[in-house]
Amino acid sequence: MTRRKTDLVLFSELTVEKALKRALGRERAELIGEIRDSGLKGRGGAGFPTGTKWNLAGAAQGERKFVVCNADEGEPGTFKDRVLLTEYAEHLFGGMVLAAYCIGAGEGIVYLRGEYEYLMRGLKETLASMRERHLLGKDCAGKKGFEFDIHIHLGAGAYVCGEETALIESLEGHRGEPRNRPPFPVTTGYLGCPTAVNNVETFITALHIVEKGAAWFKKFGTSKSTGTKLFSVSGDCARPGVYEFPMGITVANLLKEVGGEEAKAVQVGGASGRCVARHEFGSTIAFEDVSTGGSIIVFGPTRNMLQVAKNFMEFFAEESCGQCTPCRYGTETLLEGIKLLEQKKCPMKYLRELVSLGETMQIASKCGLGQSAPNAFISILQNFKHEILAHPQGE
Amino acid sequence: MPAKDKNNGINGSDRAPLSQRRFKMPEIRDEKDLGAKVKITIDDHDLEVPFGTTILEAARTLSIKIPTLCHHEDLCVAGVCRICVVEIEGQRTLQAACAYPVTGPLKISTYSPKVRKARRHNLDLMLKHHYGECYSCVRNNNCELQSLAKEYGVDFYRFGHDDKPHHEVDRSSYSVVRDMNKCILCRRCVRTCIDLQEVGVLEAVNRGPHTEIATFNDMPLGDVVCINCGQCINRCPVGALRAKDPSDEIWAAIDDPKKHVIIQTAPSPRAAIGECFGLPPGTSVTRQLNTALRRAGFDKVFDTNFTADLTIMEEATELLIRLKKALVDKDKTVKLPQFTSCSPGWVKFCEHFYPEFTDYLSSCKSPQQMFGALLKTWYAEKAKIDPKDIVTVALMPCSAKKYECNRPEMTSSGFKDVDYGLTSRELAQMIMETGLDLPNLPASDFDDPVGEASGAGLIFGATGGVMEAALRTAVEVVTGIKTEDIFKNLDITPVRGFEGVRYYEIPIPKTAAVPELLQKSLGVKTFDFLKGATLKVAVAHGTANARKVMENIKAGGKFAEAHFVEFMACPGGCLGGGGQPIPTSPEIREARAKAIYAEDAGLELRKSHENKHVVDLYKEFLKDGPCGHQSHHLLHTHYLKRGKRIV
Ligand SMILES: Cc1cc2nc3c(=O)[nH]c(=O)nc-3n(C[C@H](O)[C@H](O)[C@H](O)COP(=O)(O)O)c2cc1C
Ligand code: SF4
Ligand code: SF4
Ligand code: SF4
Ligand code: SF4
Ligand code: FES
Repeated sequence: MTRRKTDLVLFSELTVEKALKRALGRERAELIGEIRDSGLKGRGGAGFPTGTKWNLAGAAQGERKFVVCNADEGEPGTFKDRVLLTEYAEHLFGGMVLAAYCIGAGEGIVYLRGEYEYLMRGLKETLASMRERHLLGKDCAGKKGFEFDIHIHLGAGAYVCGEETALIESLEGHRGEPRNRPPFPVTTGYLGCPTAVNNVETFITALHIVEKGAAWFKKFGTSKSTGTKLFSVSGDCARPGVYEFPMGITVANLLKEVGGEEAKAVQVGGASGRCVARHEFGSTIAFEDVSTGGSIIVFGPTRNMLQVAKNFMEFFAEESCGQCTPCRYGTETLLEGIKLLEQKKCPMKYLRELVSLGETMQIASKCGLGQSAPNAFISILQNFKHEILAHPQGE
Repeated sequence: MPAKDKNNGINGSDRAPLSQRRFKMPEIRDEKDLGAKVKITIDDHDLEVPFGTTILEAARTLSIKIPTLCHHEDLCVAGVCRICVVEIEGQRTLQAACAYPVTGPLKISTYSPKVRKARRHNLDLMLKHHYGECYSCVRNNNCELQSLAKEYGVDFYRFGHDDKPHHEVDRSSYSVVRDMNKCILCRRCVRTCIDLQEVGVLEAVNRGPHTEIATFNDMPLGDVVCINCGQCINRCPVGALRAKDPSDEIWAAIDDPKKHVIIQTAPSPRAAIGECFGLPPGTSVTRQLNTALRRAGFDKVFDTNFTADLTIMEEATELLIRLKKALVDKDKTVKLPQFTSCSPGWVKFCEHFYPEFTDYLSSCKSPQQMFGALLKTWYAEKAKIDPKDIVTVALMPCSAKKYECNRPEMTSSGFKDVDYGLTSRELAQMIMETGLDLPNLPASDFDDPVGEASGAGLIFGATGGVMEAALRTAVEVVTGIKTEDIFKNLDITPVRGFEGVRYYEIPIPKTAAVPELLQKSLGVKTFDFLKGATLKVAVAHGTANARKVMENIKAGGKFAEAHFVEFMACPGGCLGGGGQPIPTSPEIREARAKAIYAEDAGLELRKSHENKHVVDLYKEFLKDGPCGHQSHHLLHTHYLKRGKRIV
């Protein structure tokens, strides 16, 4: 697997101990301000401004507060967090210490994807070594009176547990089902306490930002999507792997870098993302355009796009937590519709009804899973109408 | 008020997941938000609501109807059916009105095109897997899904419709029938069983379209720790849960000329059954019902309050015996507090979850079962009818009574003491079948020989009622002071109300001689052993509250010091029972309670020990007084230490 280390942000030089000690010598408000100025938005997919999140969690009242790292990495086609967890564990934990200091948390939890159990030993060793060096525990990183430690919680393989409130339910020992929001985790999170949940990459990026400054970070990316982002690139390209690119890179340029110029479409953002067709390859990958948590799946010229849509929809029907009506039966109904299309038995009228159902799911589902489940289906249908409807559909 | 204060300083475990629980609102953490008002607009109406009000609540104050399915006033918010979605200006997604707290100015539309489309889609998706036909459904005409299908003009099944069942109907329980083909996964039953009752036999399993409500290991309901309370039935919006209906068998008995069919009616159904005939909640139809039952073909109509009075005599005597053994005989093995045993749901709860405490339960049978045993012995003899030809039916507010009458212990007459437990809903159905217009029937009295009963028996129907009835008798017997001279109008208000747990202390300033009727059982001539003592009593309703009291007792808290505790499995007591008319809500239960207390207040006879039929029964039949030999045989029972075992 290719690992393009461009040493822009995430893979650039940083000594965690030094960075932490410097950061914790500063005021909380100043640090949060720095993160805010940098324009950093969450790297887990939803893109919520990290500075705002930490500020809210910091302002929330609570006897206990928590920092939770979302390392559930379940989005199909995403594996960049795995690389970070393997090679930059200390950076991650450092970022969590920083967050804890900013919001006033005493406990940190890493929610680790079940399939990543094999990383557990390494992570625990890193934690132990950091404790020895007083980068965790009492008077953490040289800050008198600041105590913080981290433990690791193993997930059990449900995609929906990557959704932050389902993740918290799972941490509490319940069925992994998203909660109603509001209230949000920043005020009512794990055990009902204020909780900041962030992606692995977000924590690491934040540590770089406080060390090197918001201005440095903003040199990369666009004005609305600052900085760089890790991409997990897979599919029909010459050089699949993990890449760091500045935000705002065009799909075409990205394809050039990974050797996927032939592609007829690219799925940006995994199963819950959008299928971008050739004529849209000029669009940029950024929060304001085509947004992603990092997954890029390249489809070569011979791919059957209906199969792609089917594959994604099977995933959602399988992974829906089953709590709310639109997602529970909507995913199933769309999947049945795709099968009808496959058998050339889907009348246009019904197809329109299915698209309309998809639109309902996008706005009426309880959580992001159901809300994004129809995305791939709808965008593939839009972009590959001719391919999919090449044959008469009966009636 | 936080639940902590409501429940007398004790709190149990909160077992339901947060996603399915309690909070109305991000707790108000900011001083300035306390009592703050927020300006919002709903469908062009401007209004101000307190910070944290849900959109649903706000809309209701304007009488704007937002449809709901998973929402229930007794339960925590779920936000899962999505039928209540509304559009908020500036937000990409629709929001569930039941789950969305107002914390800032909002402009809300409750029937925009997007909203209407989404609701219709939700209904279509629910109907896709809803297998059942309305005309053969117990909830026909009283079904929330059916009403919505009509309101939203469902005229075809957009996404198909199951044409065969996908689940077998579970009829294993004596009380509750589960037909999961009709389930729409609103999880009201789950929240009821976990949150309200803290039994927890129902839970959602599997994911996506395979999600279903299941028991532990998908075992038949009859084989799990279900206490048969039927609270889940009362909160199911559709016909997926229902009580096991014995009306066909009862009609057959009525139609059989050789059978002498007797019905006893409990007070709670009488205060509620009118709801099935369009009367407002809290309309008591006791005496019209007597007429209806006779016209329907029952040979005799008796009042369960008679055996409620008898229960008080037995249970109060049992308590005095326990107190005497503890105080006079210094018997260390005596179990105190004594627990009431007339709620079969509570009894099974205790047997399953607190098996080490079954000896604390009063050995008295419930009024229903006492009546059954007497009908097939004393009454049979008196009326010269062969008990094998007597069929006893009990009109009860309760689904657990169906289980209770099938317990193998309940055959002390030599027959099945009570043949059928019939719920208010089922009797309403039977009456409808006769075409009788219940609300407008002439009034008539109960049949002799037990025609008149006391108001003490009547108030058994409300939480705290058994305690109040027992106190009306015990206080008077022990102190020799008329109870009405201590409690104005004979209303013992401290044990009334709907707080989950109540606790009350009554000092015993002086003592009297033991009445002759009790002397044999007690073995002393005066109540001197209680002089200067303080009687401590407690009341809990809903098994979640029962659990709190039990945990407190286990931990040696203040409830361990009590002498007598009333436990009712159902929220509100029997008037909120699992066999009562649907829907149920705090207001409906309050109205029913009012009807019961009003009826009691209007009676001459309001103390069990003054019921002359009871006094006569001891004289002519039970002979050696309450808790005597004959009583023990017919009116008392024993319990099983079940634990998680299903016996
Ligand atoms: C169905 C679903 C799955 C998700 N999975 C992940 C995941 O695996 N990792 C992740 O970091 N965020 C995931 N998210 C996003 C989280 O809910 C949340 O927004 C994120 O952890 C916040 O961190 P950030 O602000 O640092 O991105 C998922 C969201 C949804 C709706
Ligand atoms: S949208 Fe899907 S995953 Fe999310 S709560 Fe609803 S059923 Fe569960
Ligand atoms: S549950 Fe409701 S909609 Fe379903 S069959 Fe029964 S009455 Fe009809
Ligand atoms: S009858 Fe009561 S105990 Fe049984 S499942 Fe229903 S709510 Fe739970
Ligand atoms: S059984 Fe009834 S209450 Fe329970 S989830 Fe199904 S429809 Fe809802
Ligand atoms: S009633 Fe609001 S989501 Fe079900």
